[in-house]
Amino acid sequence: MSNAVIKKRKTANGAEAKHSHDKDENFDALLKPVFKGKKLTDEINTAEDKWNLLPAFLKVKGLVKQHLDSFNYFVDDDLKKIIKANEVILSDVDPEFYLKYVDIRIGKKSSSSARDYLTPPHECRLRDMTYSAPIYVDIEYTRGRNIIMHKDVEIGRMPIMLRSNKCILYDADEKTMAKLNECPLDPGGYFIVNGTEKVILVQEQLSKNRIIVEADPKKEIVQASVTSSTHERKSKTYVITKNGKIYLKHNSIAEEIPIAIVLKACGIISELEIMQLVCGNDSAYQDIFAVNLEEASRMNIYTQQQALEYIGTKVKTMRRQKLSILQEGIEAIATTVVAHLTVEALNFREKALYMATMARRVVMAIHDPKMVDDRDYVGNKRLELAGQLISLLFEDLFKKFNSDFKASIDKVLKKPNRAMEYDALLSINVHSNNITSGLNRAISTGNWSLKRFKMERAGVTHVLSRLSYISALGMMTRISSQFEKSRKVSGPRALQPSQFGMLCTADTPEGEACGLVKNLALMTHITTDYEEEPIRKLCYILGVEDISMVDSASLHLNFGVYLNGTLVGVTRFANKFVTQFRELRRSGKISEFISIHSNAHQKAIQIATDGGRICRPLIIVRDGKSTVEAHHLADLINGELVFDDFLKLGLVEYLDVNEENDSFIALYEKDICPASTHMEIEPFTVLGAVAGLIPYPHHNQSPRNTYQCAMGKQAIGAIAYNQFKRIDTLLYLMIYPQQPMVKTKTIELIDYDKLPAGQNATVAVMSYSGYDIEDALVLNKASIDRGFGRCETRRKTTTILKRYPNHTQDIIGGMRVDENGEPIWQHKSLGPDGLGEVGMKVESGQIYINKSIPTNSTEPFSDDASAQYKETPVIYRAPEASHIDQVMMSVSDNDQALIKVLLRQNRRPELGDKFSSRHGQKGVCGIIVKQEDLPFNDQGISPDIIMNPHGFPSRMTVGKMIELISGKAGVLNGSLEYGTCFGGSKLEDMSKILVDQGFNYSGKDMLYSGITGECLQAYIFFGPIYYQKLKHMVLDKMHARARGPRAVLTRQPTEGRSRDGGLRLGEMERDCVIAYGASQLLLERLMISSDAFEVDVCNGCGLMGYSGWCTSCKSAENVIKMTIPYAAKLLFQELLSMNIAPRLKLDDIFQE
Amino acid sequence: MSNIVNIEYNRVTNTTSSDFPGFSKDADNAWDIEKFKKTFDIQISSIDERDINFDLMHVDTSIANAFRRIMISDVPSVAAEYVYFMNNTSVIQDEVLAHRIGLVPLKVDPDMLTWVDKALPDEERFTDENTVVLSLNVKCTRNPDAPKDATDPRVLYNNAHVYARDLKFEPQGKQKETFANCPVVPCDPDILLAKLRPGQEISLRAHCILGIGGDHAKFSPVSTASYRLLPQITITEPITGESAERFQACFPKGVIGINKKGEAVVEDARKDTVSREVLRHEEFEGKVKLGRVRDHFIFNVESTGAMTPEEIFFKSVRILKNKAEYLKNCPISQ
Repeated sequence: MSNAVIKKRKTANGAEAKHSHDKDENFDALLKPVFKGKKLTDEINTAEDKWNLLPAFLKVKGLVKQHLDSFNYFVDDDLKKIIKANEVILSDVDPEFYLKYVDIRIGKKSSSSARDYLTPPHECRLRDMTYSAPIYVDIEYTRGRNIIMHKDVEIGRMPIMLRSNKCILYDADEKTMAKLNECPLDPGGYFIVNGTEKVILVQEQLSKNRIIVEADPKKEIVQASVTSSTHERKSKTYVITKNGKIYLKHNSIAEEIPIAIVLKACGIISELEIMQLVCGNDSAYQDIFAVNLEEASRMNIYTQQQALEYIGTKVKTMRRQKLSILQEGIEAIATTVVAHLTVEALNFREKALYMATMARRVVMAIHDPKMVDDRDYVGNKRLELAGQLISLLFEDLFKKFNSDFKASIDKVLKKPNRAMEYDALLSINVHSNNITSGLNRAISTGNWSLKRFKMERAGVTHVLSRLSYISALGMMTRISSQFEKSRKVSGPRALQPSQFGMLCTADTPEGEACGLVKNLALMTHITTDYEEEPIRKLCYILGVEDISMVDSASLHLNFGVYLNGTLVGVTRFANKFVTQFRELRRSGKISEFISIHSNAHQKAIQIATDGGRICRPLIIVRDGKSTVEAHHLADLINGELVFDDFLKLGLVEYLDVNEENDSFIALYEKDICPASTHMEIEPFTVLGAVAGLIPYPHHNQSPRNTYQCAMGKQAIGAIAYNQFKRIDTLLYLMIYPQQPMVKTKTIELIDYDKLPAGQNATVAVMSYSGYDIEDALVLNKASIDRGFGRCETRRKTTTILKRYPNHTQDIIGGMRVDENGEPIWQHKSLGPDGLGEVGMKVESGQIYINKSIPTNSTEPFSDDASAQYKETPVIYRAPEASHIDQVMMSVSDNDQALIKVLLRQNRRPELGDKFSSRHGQKGVCGIIVKQEDLPFNDQGISPDIIMNPHGFPSRMTVGKMIELISGKAGVLNGSLEYGTCFGGSKLEDMSKILVDQGFNYSGKDMLYSGITGECLQAYIFFGPIYYQKLKHMVLDKMHARARGPRAVLTRQPTEGRSRDGGLRLGEMERDCVIAYGASQLLLERLMISSDAFEVDVCNGCGLMGYSGWCTSCKSAENVIKMTIPYAAKLLFQELLSMNIAPRLKLDDIFQE
Repeated sequence: MSNIVNIEYNRVTNTTSSDFPGFSKDADNAWDIEKFKKTFDIQISSIDERDINFDLMHVDTSIANAFRRIMISDVPSVAAEYVYFMNNTSVIQDEVLAHRIGLVPLKVDPDMLTWVDKALPDEERFTDENTVVLSLNVKCTRNPDAPKDATDPRVLYNNAHVYARDLKFEPQGKQKETFANCPVVPCDPDILLAKLRPGQEISLRAHCILGIGGDHAKFSPVSTASYRLLPQITITEPITGESAERFQACFPKGVIGINKKGEAVVEDARKDTVSREVLRHEEFEGKVKLGRVRDHFIFNVESTGAMTPEEIFFKSVRILKNKAEYLKNCPISQ
């Protein structure tokens, strides 16, 4: 059988050999059915080609689409809503006055059709500016008696997200990008504030405005809670059990209120109706709930007024004008409790139903403890993105702006007898800086402080890591959790089954943030908010009975329809309704991101239109057949269809986590059964962009994939096409990066093959020399000579030439020359302008910016005498010399001269540099061996790297072995092989290629020892593996000190490499020396070589004197000189200063 | 003991030679020059300007390996070592360009140069006897004659690509005469050194000196020098019929033939790559023995182009001889 297969392969191979690139797919597609003994049919073709939907998806969506979508939604829609909500400014003084915001725009005037000119992003990066666009508003206001319209009033500047639709890079082609010095592969999605690239990380939160039921079996507490969030406030309402009774709890109500009283306050006076709303006709529920009704009657509360008054007395108020108790009660029910529902005309029924639902959920959970919700379930989470965060911030700033504006208007209007009619426009510009600087400050510091919500959040933004292309990309897909890192809980950190396809299963950091920081999977979308009202109407059209018309008695007989968690109606035909709703969505009548799912346990149909849900596209299956057929895919490949057409045609739809749970998803076409509703597009999309680099990850032990995800971000490689134009604080670049021999489909999709970080090293898995223990690697010197692992560091120094109030300013001096006219050694790399010359070498101690500052910068210098200057040159200090790569002179935002000098260092690998393969196997270089000493094979090939085989058994990185074999086959075959997750080149095929090329099928070669020349007695696993050079290099870490600086206070040696510090002989080391009994060594290490200090101790009083004189005894009689640690002397003096007198009693230890 | 290295399914045995005195009490095994003269043989199977393939027979592994090692690391050759940049406005960094120029193999007879004394100060170090100067002066300009629709930078611009051939020899002092017949040029003129765009230029001088591969791979005169042992295939039981065809398929073409009787016979074991494929199949178990002749080295020397491959080998012999001589004269050895 196997031979027959091989023969067929051969012929196919011969026929296909002429076609160069797309050979592989066609080849596999042709072959695979034969392999499994099936005929060539269209169905199989779809299975092979359907992955093409993924590049189509990424073409439309991009890798950071969630950020862009969110920001676009904010600037296009949300801003208008914010303006609408804060539309009018009235004056307390002049009742006639009003100012109304009509419209708002960003970066575009109403008069012109084109967008405003913005300083290009790269210029902002270089000049430490903020990439922002003006915010224009159209206003209408009164001046005296006239109403004046004014368009395009600038109220501030908004930082612009790169590649969003307000960015000048929006839809730019490669040529335009190149012209603007931008990298076309850069994903965008970040901001540039004061020259630094800032990312607003995606924040994960528990979903808002939804009921979450939790139980604590130990304390016998069941609680339903809802976090209400509106534009104005955020508050949390609980319905909890206490001693078997149910209460309502809220932060602004002093004590818990029995639920029956709350419902009565809402106008449900009849106890029968309360029972009907909460329990329906279920007797078990009625038994549990009955006590609550008794509670209310025991308190003699029967009417709505009584109930409201009861609540009114419990409310914590901080109001200025006193309200009556009844009004307080009404206010509490109407606005504070479950605040996201608005009450109109004192109709509390909607709210009553909501709270009854909460109570019902509690009753259900008491009855059956399984009826609780899971906080960690991804469907109960919402992701907060840049747009939403900026929207919160902007609204806060806008409110502040308005109140400041109002205050200044009031101030002017208060003055009687104004000469001129007051024009409000004049004072609008005064405050515009608040919005600009508020936004800038928040983004650059990451401190989100919102007055309205009394929210203080730190660490929202991060500097975009440009260590490698992957690290930047990984940062854009990162999700951080609000959960505390220090708490030791496993729940939120655990891998949730509902994460499948939504969040990457491998990419999470190790250590304290493990499981809390997550990453998006490759094919995900995060929704933005969508209008509720049309959906509500649609529900009624589809036969849902309006909740306000439903009789309380029949409420729980049928399925309730919930829109964003709020009960809007009931339906008797749940399945029919859901199906019809989905059909409408598939036909494009409503947004594709609205999800609907039914929950039989709660008899509920949940419709979600809110933003922040994670969803992903799936192929729709109808009648046991995939709707996506071969011809669709052919059209897709030909470019006749795009991804959105698949949505419109109803072939593909987005499902969020909740709706996914309502579906039956087949993994492959062969798994489709009559009950299937959907099919996966590609299984490898369970991984994210970073984990997608790993070849054959499905053969690895899972923690290894996680380790690689962390290390891939530290790999040195190409960063962007504009990497040489960038002046970053620190940049690591590889000189000769290569695309991996064994690629994955993800690598191609994220363009890692165009900006790679690593090299294909020929690896021999064997032990060699003993310098390879503990994962150390043996490197071939000739390979290093020829450029293997070479990298470059580029380091920036920034200097600002300040101007001072007395009209002096910092200056750059020229170079100083000796008597021969040659520059002195320190100034060797300087040019006549006092700045380092591009291309010059600077060694440690040399100067590359010869800056001087005026000695007197405050007082105006009186006469003609020119100002005195003090030299404050920038001196290069490093163990190795650097070259000057670039010198930039510019003017920053605040008109001060800005000088940036970029220093470059070329590094070849050395002992101790860190390398890693793509399987979480890192190692340092243990020895560099001459080529002639290394083993070689029949072809004369010697390895670039020798890896110790002990790295394999415990790590179980089988993927690495398969990578080697596929890589070797690819090298011999002249093709790039694939190691895609759950797919990729098959090991059997690879072995076949090896055998055909005259190698052993297992990838093991016979090698000759380079030292003796004899054959090695074992066959050696030998072939190419993609190796990454990690940023941890010896040159940046090496440190030693004999003598050096000391700390001022203690006179002990300083600490740390940056301060040229000493290496501490710590407590434990000290213990060893004591135990060994080396007292003289102890004395030397702890005192003589540290902070020995000679003191004069008076043996009379025991205190310390000086110069042989005791000040307290006024005598020199008993003064003895001795050496003690300075720290001890310091301690004595500090004790003295707090009225404790430590007295030294001195005795000779060697008594006669 | 046999001089065949046994190739088994998962190991290699009998790898070390045992023909030295004291190994066994029966045989003397003392080295005998007469015997060596009789048995030693060299056969050249192919030779051209860059490659040589020859068989070295009946020498000890250590000798053959010594030649290999010396060819890689001890035969001197000339390469650029010091690069002085006058101007470089291209994107490629000075250090990287210098590294690339250093790796370009140069067509210089190493015997024409003497060694540079690194102890001397910079100014006195380089003379016309020990240094060859190459210069590279290129400037990229727009090509006015380029067709409008051209997108290839090599058409659009002049000097868009800088190749090794752009390195120009600058004879110093008496080098005009000595190098008159053999000007220094890169062996491979088409090595890409840098890419330029209009307005960018490179102007540099490179000092090329003598060095050895042990110091830097650029001084190695070979791209590789290695040997393999002659494969040996012994069919211990006849393999016939279809089995013989499958047997044939386990080896590269031309290794196994099928004779008139339908039996598999070894045609040319030299062509075998020793993939051990045959050992995987159960049906051939015990029917075939794979081995390699321990004192038959098939050498393959690939020159970088400065010298002919045979010259490199001769030099390695000379160097080994000198080393032996040196050792002999060492006071320690007496």
